[in-house]
Amino acid sequence: MWLKSFFKSVLFGVPVGITFLDTVGYVARVEGISMQPVLNPESRNTDYVFLSRWAVSDYEVRRGEIISLVSPKDPNQKIIKRVIALAGDVVNTLGYQNQYVKIPEGHCWVEGDHTGHTLDSNTFGPVSLGLVNAKAVCIVWPPARWQSLAATLPDNRKPLSVSI
Amino acid sequence: MSLRNIFGSSSELFRFVLQTACITHCTWEFVGDFVMCSGPSMEPTLETNNILLTEHITPRFQRLCKGDIVIAKCPRNPKQYVCKRITGLPGDRVRGHFPGRSQVVPKGHVWLEGDNSNNSADSRVYGAVPQGLIRSRVVCRIWPLNKISSLSE
Repeated sequence: MWLKSFFKSVLFGVPVGITFLDTVGYVARVEGISMQPVLNPESRNTDYVFLSRWAVSDYEVRRGEIISLVSPKDPNQKIIKRVIALAGDVVNTLGYQNQYVKIPEGHCWVEGDHTGHTLDSNTFGPVSLGLVNAKAVCIVWPPARWQSLAATLPDNRKPLSVSI
Repeated sequence: MSLRNIFGSSSELFRFVLQTACITHCTWEFVGDFVMCSGPSMEPTLETNNILLTEHITPRFQRLCKGDIVIAKCPRNPKQYVCKRITGLPGDRVRGHFPGRSQVVPKGHVWLEGDNSNNSADSRVYGAVPQGLIRSRVVCRIWPLNKISSLSE
C-alpha cells in the first residue's frame, strides 16, 4: 500500500520539480578556465553557480551580465560567458575575421574574461539571443566563495559605439 | 461547511491546478505540442492557419535528417518562430547567400529553406542556423480535417 502512494507522489512530484528547474532556475557546476578570475580562480576547486532561467525568459540581456548559452558549434554543450555588446553596437574584436563588427539584430557578442584561453565570439562570431539559456546570478558553492555576480564590463572590452 | 473543509478543499484544488499545469508544461516542452502556422513561406506544403503536431524528442537527441520540416527560433528575433525544411546538414554544400556562390554548412548548424523559395526569408538571408535554435520537428498536419497528412519521412 505504501509503495503505491510512494509511486503516486513520485509521479506527480517529478513534473513539478522539472517545471521549477525549467522556469525558475537551477545550480550548475562551472567547468574550465575561460571565466577566470571571476569563476574558478583556482583550477582545483570548481565553483557552482545559480543559473536563473526566469531572468532571461523574455531574452532581455544587458552588457556585462554573465550568461549561459548553448554553444553554436555543438548543441549538446552549454558555455558560460560575459555579454560584451548587444544588437547595434560596434565591437573591436580580438582575432575575428573582421577587426570591427557591428552586431546584427537579435544577436549579442559574448566573451570569456580569460582572454586568450576562451572559445567565444572572437571564434564563432555574434550569437543569436535564442541560444541564451540562463543568467548566472551568484556563486553558491563553495561557501567561502559565496557572492553575487555583478554586471560589469572589463574596462578594455567596452564596445566602441553603443546603440541606445 | 466548516472552515477546515474550505481550507482542505481549496488546498486540494491548488494542488490539482499546480500538478496539471506542470504536467502540461513538461509535455509541451519535452514531448510535443501543436503549432499553428502562418505566412506563405512553406506553400504548397503548408498553408496559413494549418495546425501541426510537432515532437521535441528528435531535435533533443540530434537525430534530424535532411528533408525534415522543423520549427526553429528566428535567428534575428528569438521571440518569433519559423517553420522551414532542413536542406543541408553540417558538411553539406549549399547555395549560399548570393546566386552562383555555394558554401559549406558549418559544424553544429543546419541550412533551412522554405518550400516557396520565391517568398521565404530563410538561410539564404540569414545564413546557417545553429542547431540549438531548433525547437521541434513537424510530424503531421491535424487541421483542416480534410487535409490530415503525415509530414515526416
